[in-house]
Amino acid sequence: MSKASALKTSRDEPVRRLHLPQKLRNLELFLLLIACFINASAVMLVQLGTLGELDPTLVLLGAGLSALVIGLHIVLRFVARDADPFILPIATVLNGIGIAMIYRIDIADNQGGWESAAVRQTVWSALAIFSAIVVLLVIRNHRVLFRYTYIAGLVGVLLLFLPLVPGLGKEISGARVWISFGNFGTFQPGEIAKIALAVFFAGYLVRNRDSLSMVGKKILGARFPRFRDLGPILVVWALSMSVIIFQRDLGTALLYFGLFLVMLYLATGRLSWVVLGMGLFLGGALIASQTLNYVNGRFTNWLDALNPEVYNADGGSFQLVQGLFGLAKGGLLGTGWGQGRPEITPVPQSDYIIASLGEELGLAGIFAILALYLLFVARGFRIGFAGQDDFGKLLSVGLAFVVALQCFIVIGGVTRVIPLTGLTTPFLAAGGSSLVANWIIAALLLRLSDTVRNQPRLVV
Amino acid sequence: MNRELKRVSIVVMLMFVALLSSTSVVQAFQADNLSADPRNTRTLYDSYQVERGAILVAGEPIAQSMPADDDYKFLRTYTNPELYAPITGYIPINGEPTGLEFALNAELTGTSNSQFFDKISALVTGQDPKGAAVEVTIDPIAQQAAWDALGDYTGSVVVTEPATGRILAMVSKPSFNPNLLTVHNNAEVTASYEALLADPNDPLIDRSINSLNPPGSVFKLVVSTAALESGKYTPESTFPNPTVYSPPGTTSKIQNSSNGTCGAGETVTLATALRLSCNIPFAELGVELGDTAIRQTAEKFGFNSDYSIPMNVAESVYPQGLDDPQTAQSAFGQYDVQVTPLQMAMVSGAIANGGVVMAPNLVQEILAPNLSAIQTFEPSEIGRVMSEKTAATLTGMMINDVQDGAASNARIDGVDVAGKTGTAQNGSTDPFTLWFTGFAPANDPQFAITVLIEDGGGMGQTGFGNLLAAPVAQKVLEAVLNK
Repeated sequence: MSKASALKTSRDEPVRRLHLPQKLRNLELFLLLIACFINASAVMLVQLGTLGELDPTLVLLGAGLSALVIGLHIVLRFVARDADPFILPIATVLNGIGIAMIYRIDIADNQGGWESAAVRQTVWSALAIFSAIVVLLVIRNHRVLFRYTYIAGLVGVLLLFLPLVPGLGKEISGARVWISFGNFGTFQPGEIAKIALAVFFAGYLVRNRDSLSMVGKKILGARFPRFRDLGPILVVWALSMSVIIFQRDLGTALLYFGLFLVMLYLATGRLSWVVLGMGLFLGGALIASQTLNYVNGRFTNWLDALNPEVYNADGGSFQLVQGLFGLAKGGLLGTGWGQGRPEITPVPQSDYIIASLGEELGLAGIFAILALYLLFVARGFRIGFAGQDDFGKLLSVGLAFVVALQCFIVIGGVTRVIPLTGLTTPFLAAGGSSLVANWIIAALLLRLSDTVRNQPRLVV
Repeated sequence: MNRELKRVSIVVMLMFVALLSSTSVVQAFQADNLSADPRNTRTLYDSYQVERGAILVAGEPIAQSMPADDDYKFLRTYTNPELYAPITGYIPINGEPTGLEFALNAELTGTSNSQFFDKISALVTGQDPKGAAVEVTIDPIAQQAAWDALGDYTGSVVVTEPATGRILAMVSKPSFNPNLLTVHNNAEVTASYEALLADPNDPLIDRSINSLNPPGSVFKLVVSTAALESGKYTPESTFPNPTVYSPPGTTSKIQNSSNGTCGAGETVTLATALRLSCNIPFAELGVELGDTAIRQTAEKFGFNSDYSIPMNVAESVYPQGLDDPQTAQSAFGQYDVQVTPLQMAMVSGAIANGGVVMAPNLVQEILAPNLSAIQTFEPSEIGRVMSEKTAATLTGMMINDVQDGAASNARIDGVDVAGKTGTAQNGSTDPFTLWFTGFAPANDPQFAITVLIEDGGGMGQTGFGNLLAAPVAQKVLEAVLNK
């Protein structure tokens, strides 16, 4: 029905059909220029706020990055003319603000040159944007991914457990989620795994949704699945629990399980899955909080952060409370770039970058950043609403939801909505793997939005 | 699928609403509490970002903030640190400030309400905010003379201006170097602080305002005031003159310090009793007056109430509800009577000032960074404690005490000094507490002085007020009168 009407429109209004994509791309270019302007201003304000003068080296690096983003925009003009015009500018401005804050903390810590986190973040950003271009060029239609459902699942699980391989994995502040490339640096394969798993979940659920949604016993008004259909959810649950136990990473586990639950609900439309899943996860987390010291500590820090005993304890709430002090210092309007003291809080450029930004940009800045995330997620959901194939719908919502959930877990942890767990803030936080993963998500959403607006070419 | 998608959208929306709320709570509603948390080093660093105002003595800084190349931006530096330590106090990076640094913290950091408009204008003009400077009433010559005269004794010298209550000198010994406590290194500050705290001589205590000692015979000035003001006594009123006296209701014995009678004769006058500083006549007088009359007079002088100069001054005590034996003991400044040197300075200051007690004050002016006065302190009266006639009578008795009595070592050629010594017991074997309080010139009082020497001045129970405290007062008065 919708296919027919779209064809009809394109026949009736050939002029509009030709001009519309250009309009979208022009809007994107306009927003992109604003984003680059904001990013350049942020870096310059950091320099004025901390050094009292302008230093051209990082501005040059930023200009290179802007050129790369514009390059991505030009690629879109050729390979995805109908793509959503908001996704690229939002990703750009978040990435740029992140670099400015990382740079600001480098200056406070007297880090400079190629050793500094800001320069590394810039190089990683370039690599990430380049990956996004490659994804857009290689994947011309998202339905290709449907063919690789199980391979994606296998890759996801392998990536997830790569850090447990002896000699390759590396433990940083308790969590074993990194792999080491010697001097070159570390990589968090779990970040890429979330994309692979989103593809796998989407493909698997589209294939098996009928058996998961149609049959089952009715208990208390809700239809509960048959025991033999519990397989998938138990496997993902076991996967998440093993991440908690072996990798000691509560946040990642919550992220994957949450992603799976939401996609399962979308595919089956059955709330009983969500109830079952949340029960399983909460039960597991409860057992973990009783038996695993680090989980128990996270809960204590969350509930009783300001207690001096908890504050002074080894692995206590010192970081959490320092982050709160920073946010409090920022108040409504913030201290201004370079005028606060975010460097007092441990890891102010990665897990705690949102507290650093809250300190210097204030509640107003945090609201703006949250609004950008919400808009980004909303664009992804929009693709889900407008999409015509279930795989595309599931994938786009899954990818958008993973960004939303990650924001919630990190920012909610910093502001004591939930216990603090280590995850990166998408696009903002220092960390190469996270940047690459999120830019690939952005590229996939761009591709999906383009296919949604265009007629899907049948390749399956 | 779109129905489910709508529901998931609502969940996502709720997640973001939770984040918007939590950040609002932290950054808006809890911000003040979090900023006030003592563990919040950001607040501490901030207080150092402002160039803290200087503390000035006669226009010269005794405490000032020097630029420092670290997180704190300014290093608090004290000039002549030991001499002025009781006045300036210190502001450590890891604890509470003390002295004027504490009492006038808001003014020194520029955050007091009276500096509100300066803050606004600094915001508009883009100047770095700056704290106000504080000019104190201290006279550097008097302060130095008091420091030198007190020598190695543990004790205090307070010099005030009787007509205004301005504190001209306030020395406490042993003193300490506040510069050791302002270095920007937690461990060093803590080590210095622990060492000072462990020092048996308690250098951190400002004895002038925070050390309570039995006043001994200097309290006889208060009892004499009560007697003369009652209208029932004159300096010529007489009292029985035994060698031993037991107050009604007890068999415990009170003796004069000479262990004999108070001068020759069956009876002794009030004037003689004060001049020779005898205990028995005052014990008898005390019992006759009753504890209520004495306490009321003492309270008019400032006992049993606390006040600030603007540092808080320990409350000097004249206890409530004493029976006769206790009143007899209290009448010569023993039992549970406890005073600070500043309180005794207020007593002799009131006598010198014609009977009016002036509020003691250490701060002259608070000066904005452009040196205009934000606040000037005018002399203020606490109240009249005795008539001018009584004050004149007491002055005469105190002149005799120095000319021809127990305070003879305070004599100065060519100037009448009014004074009273005291030698107070602290239990049966502990060293005495030695006092001198008085003023000069007696006919036109410019300086009231109180000297406290703790720990018997190193002489255990053999030293006495006239031997050790009176000469200190004499040296200080000579120095300030000759300048």
